[in-house]
Amino acid sequence: MDNLGYLFAAFAVIWVGLFAYILFLAQKQRQLRHDIDWLKETLKKEVE
Amino acid sequence: MKIKILLGASAALMLVALYMVFIFVPTDAETGVIQRIFYFHVPLAWIAFLAFFIVFGCSIMYLWKRDKKWDVLASSSAEVGLVFTTLFLLTGSIWAKPVWGVWWTWDSRLTSSLILWLIYLAYFIIRSYISEEGQRARFAAIVGIIGFIDVPIIALAITLWRTQHPGPVIFEGGLVTEMVWTLIISIAAFTSLYILLFNYRVLIKQDEDELNRLKALLRR
Repeated sequence: MDNLGYLFAAFAVIWVGLFAYILFLAQKQRQLRHDIDWLKETLKKEVE
Repeated sequence: MKIKILLGASAALMLVALYMVFIFVPTDAETGVIQRIFYFHVPLAWIAFLAFFIVFGCSIMYLWKRDKKWDVLASSSAEVGLVFTTLFLLTGSIWAKPVWGVWWTWDSRLTSSLILWLIYLAYFIIRSYISEEGQRARFAAIVGIIGFIDVPIIALAITLWRTQHPGPVIFEGGLVTEMVWTLIISIAAFTSLYILLFNYRVLIKQDEDELNRLKALLRR
């Protein structure tokens, strides 16, 4: 049972790593969608 | 829609895998509770190899067809693969400490795995240094193809050289039935997660292209 700490550490590393990457992707997508919407609006105004 | 289905499948498979790893599978008589890292460490390694195989295939297709689509697929797989390779190296190191007494040793399997991680890293360093799109994709594709040579070296390292790393227990019948099933479900869960992240990354790259297209339109 002494190795439970290592087992916990390994699983913590996996889940923290995966969640950090998923958060990074979600944040990136949110920013991109925001910029795309803003540019589309700007282009629409320029055409008008 | 596709992403939502993949997310549901990944979450369901991952819950089953967690149940099997922590409740269903018996504790290994020799190494004890720490052996349970195996059911995550092996799937992570499998995904690292799969991701680099996809990079390899898509890089060949890019050099052959010169279609940007293949570069998008290759670079997306490389990024997800880099994440999984990092986790596979870290979990291996955490597993090594109580079993071998060291966090790291310059053993053939470990060293060749670290080289794989460095190749992935080099792939992105090259991409970030080259601004011209065609040249960037070409150079990255060459690294993606040459880098794949390391994958069979890692796979064969435990049979070709003397190593501290455990041998191919899966293929030598060293696991009881429950352990084999737990490993299979865990591999399925991580493969599903890889497909999900890969598709998500491709979608983001498509958004990046759309943004660049709109910026070019605005500049006119």
